[in-house]
Amino acid sequence: MHVTITVNGRQRTEDVEPRLLLAHFLRDVCGLTATNIGCDSTSCGACTVIVDGLTVKSCTVLAVQSEGAQVTTCEGLAAPDGTLHPVQEAFRTEHGLQCGFCTPGMVMASIGVLADNPDPTDREVREGLEGNLCRCTGYHNIVRAVRTAAQAGPSAGRVPQTQEVHS
Amino acid sequence: MSILGTRVVRTEDPLFLTRGAVYTDDLADPRLAGALHATIVRSTVAHGQVLSVDTSAALEAPGVVAVVTAADLTGLDPLPAGAPNVNQAMTRPWLAADTVRFVGDMVAVVLTEERYQGEDAAELVVVDIDPLPAVIGTEAAARDDVLLFPEAGTNVVAALGGPAPEDLFDGCEVVVTQRVVNQRVAPVPLETRAASAVWGEDGRVTVFCSNQGAQQAKGQIAGWLGLDPALVHLVTPDVGGGFGAKIGADPEFALVVWLAQHVGRAVRWSESRSENLLGMVHGRAQDQVVTVGGSRDGTITAYSLEIDQDSGAYPRFGPVLPGLTMLMAPGTYAFPRVHARARALATSTTSIGAYRGAGRPEATAAVERAVDLFAAEIGMDPADVRRKNLVPAFDTPFTTATGAVYDSGDYTAALDRVLAAAGYEQLRAEQAACRARGDVRQLGIGMACYVEITGANTGFGTVEEAELEVHADGTATVLTGTSPHGQGHATTWAMIASDQLGIPVEKITVLHGDTDRVPRGGGTMGSRSLQQGGAAVHQAAGELVALAKKRAAELLEANPEDLVVDLAAAGLAVRGTPGTGISFADLAAEEQLLVHTTFSAAAPTFPFGAHLVVVETDVESGKAQVVRIVTVDDAGTIVNPLLADGQRHGGIAQGVAQALLEEVLYDPDGNPQTSTLADYPFVSATELPDFELVEMATPTRMNPLGAKGIGEAGTIGSTPAVQNAVVDSVAHLGVRHIDMPATPMRVWRAVQQAQQEGN
Repeated sequence: MHVTITVNGRQRTEDVEPRLLLAHFLRDVCGLTATNIGCDSTSCGACTVIVDGLTVKSCTVLAVQSEGAQVTTCEGLAAPDGTLHPVQEAFRTEHGLQCGFCTPGMVMASIGVLADNPDPTDREVREGLEGNLCRCTGYHNIVRAVRTAAQAGPSAGRVPQTQEVHS
Repeated sequence: MSILGTRVVRTEDPLFLTRGAVYTDDLADPRLAGALHATIVRSTVAHGQVLSVDTSAALEAPGVVAVVTAADLTGLDPLPAGAPNVNQAMTRPWLAADTVRFVGDMVAVVLTEERYQGEDAAELVVVDIDPLPAVIGTEAAARDDVLLFPEAGTNVVAALGGPAPEDLFDGCEVVVTQRVVNQRVAPVPLETRAASAVWGEDGRVTVFCSNQGAQQAKGQIAGWLGLDPALVHLVTPDVGGGFGAKIGADPEFALVVWLAQHVGRAVRWSESRSENLLGMVHGRAQDQVVTVGGSRDGTITAYSLEIDQDSGAYPRFGPVLPGLTMLMAPGTYAFPRVHARARALATSTTSIGAYRGAGRPEATAAVERAVDLFAAEIGMDPADVRRKNLVPAFDTPFTTATGAVYDSGDYTAALDRVLAAAGYEQLRAEQAACRARGDVRQLGIGMACYVEITGANTGFGTVEEAELEVHADGTATVLTGTSPHGQGHATTWAMIASDQLGIPVEKITVLHGDTDRVPRGGGTMGSRSLQQGGAAVHQAAGELVALAKKRAAELLEANPEDLVVDLAAAGLAVRGTPGTGISFADLAAEEQLLVHTTFSAAAPTFPFGAHLVVVETDVESGKAQVVRIVTVDDAGTIVNPLLADGQRHGGIAQGVAQALLEEVLYDPDGNPQTSTLADYPFVSATELPDFELVEMATPTRMNPLGAKGIGEAGTIGSTPAVQNAVVDSVAHLGVRHIDMPATPMRVWRAVQQAQQEGN
């Protein structure tokens, strides 16, 4: 069936199987492979994207459920001139990533955390990211990165296309 | 000032954070366009006779191109049992023809045009299995009532060491013995396994797969399939974590290569997480008995470690692990008498392989538990017992009772430093107050001293190769035989080259994992990379400077001895004559400026440290929460503290995960109980505190960088420190030991049992 989804500001109409997961739509149909799939039980959060301002695990949403939606993936965060989003920048400076597999989902989830709570404590960051798993960092530097990003102000909790974001 | 030792942010990250890293399943290589998707049909029965595999319905399903079973795999020898000390009858079939030996054993492969079609068709393959009794746990395996390989005559895969001398504990005032479980855990790299293969018209196959060392993986695939290695081109894309579980090739990768040849089309495979939790190796899985003896003044004179290693259904690295555990059995201690022995046993479970630390965490967990048990028995502070028995500081090699040759260490300093940083006396005072008040939440203080072996010979010797080329445009390329999968070699290796050449890190590209470009290499495992691969880059940079000096001397009509590196100009200058030099780039424009070198480390290195953990345990529910982790991890000279700290963080977290949470479970029939991430309690951010890292650096002489390994140290130290802290939190209630993972149920039961025994 046909589905029209705006991904990172670009509207796409595609013919998809009704059962196609949004994660596979992004990866296999749109060719946007920053969004990773790390489990099959909605546990790891590697596939987290922002759909109409909500952080969503895209392995648990059908593409057809996203009809008419605005979807932002990690590829859609940096400015056209390459300037990193405050959360991306903070992950880099704080060494909040190692193998990089959880990273795009972790960055999207972090934006959601900051959208709801622009100045979270360590504990609030940890609770906000409980649904996103990382095997490399022990979360220490991810927490640092989110706290650092918060210092950039409200822009850290926003995505381009001025969507209001909620986790 | 040298760039070495500074916190350089990673050059990898801008792409990783925007476009995303490119893992095997992300590849858009044109040769893989239209590739078939492989879906593996796995046994749902732990042990049984395969009566039939009916593929007829699957073959009719949409998009199915082929369904392959054992009957199709003619001409392939079974996978060999492995190391010479392993029972050689324990070979592994590619696809089960007669017997399945664990839930997850491969039975058939479905090839489809599209990904989802594979899952549909795989469900239509009817596998009829007549169940046999499962063999779960080492105790059942050792009984040999049910044999996994009847032709082997036993479930014993390998035996290491002999019986303990009868007089081992003679003269000891106090002898304590304890059965200790080092439970089976799942490595769970966030990227599951994936491979793709395409055969070219030139008769060569290109294999893309997620691994920790392309050269070893290539060798295995070629060997298993009987291919000329020259025909195999293996490429390692970005890798989403390995932790030891991605060392070498997995049989699935070779199967993909065979399938691509069989059907004459490119084939790609990536597993789901639930498939990964069955099919990828698990780690640890040792049942140990520790016995420790000594005198009431705290001196330990004898130590024994007996190990039953669960090896899983087919021998992989499992039978090798206890050898490392035995080697490191006495750890940081100068016990005069040490005995260790082990046997590895086949069970109807997923095979055991390497997992962060691989054999060494098991040694440290055993001895650190033993020391605490001894301390509790004689009523002495565990820190004092440790101080009394630690090997005194040394800077010339020290040979242990088990034959390990430690390079350098000061274990007492590490312990004192961590205790001071944590405020040990104050913590004990707070604990005493908690106990006096009878609080529901009790403090536990646990410590562990550790030493481990890194850069050991894992099959490639203690050598590594590097190639370094400076280009005419002022950039440079480093080729390395190491294989980063999160460690940041692209940044660190560039720092090492930049340090001697002055070429900025951003202008140095580090390449690895392509066997056509880097034919030889040892990969990344056993915390070897910096001390061997990094040292090779260091050596290459030195050789490149020497070569450049020789060339420049002719061009500048100068004496090579009068030429010095001008780091600011990324080139050479004549000593004392400013403005007379030539850049490396200009030299490269004259003639290719390239060196290839092999660095040979003198010996493995032995990083060490001490961890202190504070837990709060709710004694009514049994729930323990880690509130502080303070660590000293001495890995010699640190090249990039930002990345080294990151290695420590990740390692510490995996130790906490094993000590408190994670365990792979099977029911008595061999059915996995933890085969999704909803069931397997992977550690999350909420279960960990911030980590308090204390610095200490004792350089090694085994390589010019002075570096020891740091990849696994955190796990080795934190696992027993957390376990000891949990036991300590309820020690005043009479508890002496709690096995890992110290779940609320285990802690609660231990408290109940101790109180019943006390009444």
